[in-house]
Amino acid sequence: MNDALLEVTDVATWFDTDRGLVHAVDGVSFTLERGRTLGIVGESGSGKTVLSRSIMGLLPKKGVVRKGSIKFDGEEIGQATPRQMRKYWGASMSMVFQDPMTALNPVMKIGNQITESINTHLDVTRAFARELAVSLLESVRVPDPERRMDEYPHQLSGGLRQRVCIAVALACGPQLLLADEPTTALDVTVQAQVLDVLESQQRERFMALLLVTHDLGVVAGRADEVLVMYAGQVVEKASTTTLFSDMKMPYTEALLRSIPKIGEPSHTRLTAIPGRPPDLVDPPKGCRFAARCVYVQDRCREEQPPLRPGMVPGHEFRCWFPVGTPEGAEALARNQAAGADTGTVSA
Amino acid sequence: MAGTGTAHLRPDDEVLLRVEDLVVEFHAEGGKVKAVSGISLDLVAGETLGLVGESGCGKSTTGRAVMQLPRPTSGTVRFDGIDLTALKGDDLRKTRPQMQMIFQDPISSLNPRRKVGDIVAEGLEIWQVGDSASRTAKVDEMLSAVGLDPDTARNRRPHEFSGGQCQRISIARAVITDPKVIICDEPVSALDVSVQAQILNLLEEMKQRYNLTMLFIAHDLAVVKNVSDRVAVMYLGKLCEVGAPDVLYEQPAHPYTAALLAAIPVPDPSSPPDDSRVLGGEIPSNVNPPSGCRFRTRCPKAQARCADEEPEVREIGPDQFVACHFPLAPGEAIEFG
Repeated sequence: MNDALLEVTDVATWFDTDRGLVHAVDGVSFTLERGRTLGIVGESGSGKTVLSRSIMGLLPKKGVVRKGSIKFDGEEIGQATPRQMRKYWGASMSMVFQDPMTALNPVMKIGNQITESINTHLDVTRAFARELAVSLLESVRVPDPERRMDEYPHQLSGGLRQRVCIAVALACGPQLLLADEPTTALDVTVQAQVLDVLESQQRERFMALLLVTHDLGVVAGRADEVLVMYAGQVVEKASTTTLFSDMKMPYTEALLRSIPKIGEPSHTRLTAIPGRPPDLVDPPKGCRFAARCVYVQDRCREEQPPLRPGMVPGHEFRCWFPVGTPEGAEALARNQAAGADTGTVSA
Repeated sequence: MAGTGTAHLRPDDEVLLRVEDLVVEFHAEGGKVKAVSGISLDLVAGETLGLVGESGCGKSTTGRAVMQLPRPTSGTVRFDGIDLTALKGDDLRKTRPQMQMIFQDPISSLNPRRKVGDIVAEGLEIWQVGDSASRTAKVDEMLSAVGLDPDTARNRRPHEFSGGQCQRISIARAVITDPKVIICDEPVSALDVSVQAQILNLLEEMKQRYNLTMLFIAHDLAVVKNVSDRVAVMYLGKLCEVGAPDVLYEQPAHPYTAALLAAIPVPDPSSPPDDSRVLGGEIPSNVNPPSGCRFRTRCPKAQARCADEEPEVREIGPDQFVACHFPLAPGEAIEFG
């Protein structure tokens, strides 16, 4: 039996700013077991990065309100200070960030950046630490690893740098790896290489992987389960196959429709989602996607829908008039009859 | 892979823009960076040519060289019959309103200290088009055309707008001078997914409405396919393949094109990523690129000939051109890694 390594319950992270409290993450819950990959999908402002940083405890010291519980291997870390988190960082949980150039120290050799973590957490000789670093570089498919140990980040390409970041993250054998948009800054062929490395390392080490991305294509191939976030909340949660075959949340559907797909002929008109995400200082009282939703009804603007289970176990969504349901189809038809532009969405 | 060759160019009298044998080289520590090495392309009026490739392939440098910003090391750029590379000073300046550019980072491509209304009007001001009243009217027309409310937008500054809105302002600024050609250099890469769709739709609308011809430079293959009438694939300063998108994407002839297509993550869990289709190796240096075909160091089909002889662009099907000694046959799969 695989107990949850990570248990996130009703986590909220609010930032105190001039304009007021920004509800960046507003009540997120999920669990993650070792050996599993959870994809967190959302756009800018959805709260996905703040969520991953909240789990790692990488938040500013002041002006942050944290609520809810984060349990790592049974231990509560939801309100932990950086000092308390230090024993987890590197050794139990690690993070790979979006931009490898700014994540690596430009004036430190690659080798030292990897051994730094090893020497801090593991009780080994320097020689052994260096050997371990070389074998880590090999395992993340960095060619000519011995030579790279003595190079600086600027001498490597973006893809290689990101692989070095992965090596740094894996150095002490953490059980949980968080990857925040690890391939967004990389070219598509390099992206494929880096994602492959992440996947094979996860398998070999039986790690839990939290993969944060805006790219639905990335989660489709690599995640077991997906959380879709919008305006600080989870709006849909499902196994990857269920999400793509039976999505219920109009936002998920809208997102998928707005992406140009390779299989479509050129000049296919994209169904863009009109408008922008709501202001998180004063989130709307009803559904946060209401202003942009083609299924919207009065109830949506008044009452925020809770996350409700669907037909398939493990599938939850936050919608009064979900996609592919009779009430959803009626809502869409009503809007179309009233003359609303619903793009290529049809009842 | 490629490179050179003009087999894919159409007759001179049919095209609006014709770039031949463009070379752009920069001096750097250790030698010369051969960013663009003999690229030829053309644009028929009303067409969108998608120029696609990964980092370091030279696509942005090509776009800028076409604009003469900076001037290419060699090659010709014939715009509306006139060779831009031969023009100097005022003569070159006079062509500027006809060819405009939209950049990747919408927020940093707008002057943060100026009001949006002034930014958009600038082209008209410089060329003294009309009078103050007609310029204001034109600015308002453009702002509305790109989906912004002129009354609210005119007096604000760029930092008050989102990335998507700034890109709309950039488009307004580019189109106001009534250009014939717009060069879009990664116009949607810095934008969120749902905003991308809005801007792509907007570009399409503006193209129809204002009779524009576009050179659309991007690394996202799906985006390029969506907007283009014709696609050219670049690698390390050279041209790999040119053709109609529906053909090129279905039956890529060049191994690099196939690798790019195979690498795209598909939002469909039933087609998982396939290890054998992941392109291995690293991109070579463009200070010391491989001899012959520049792609040969990563190509599973490479043979001795590829190192000795650089492939020239040639036609291999109706409107499909490739620079490769051993192009893929229709339906042929390729294994990398």
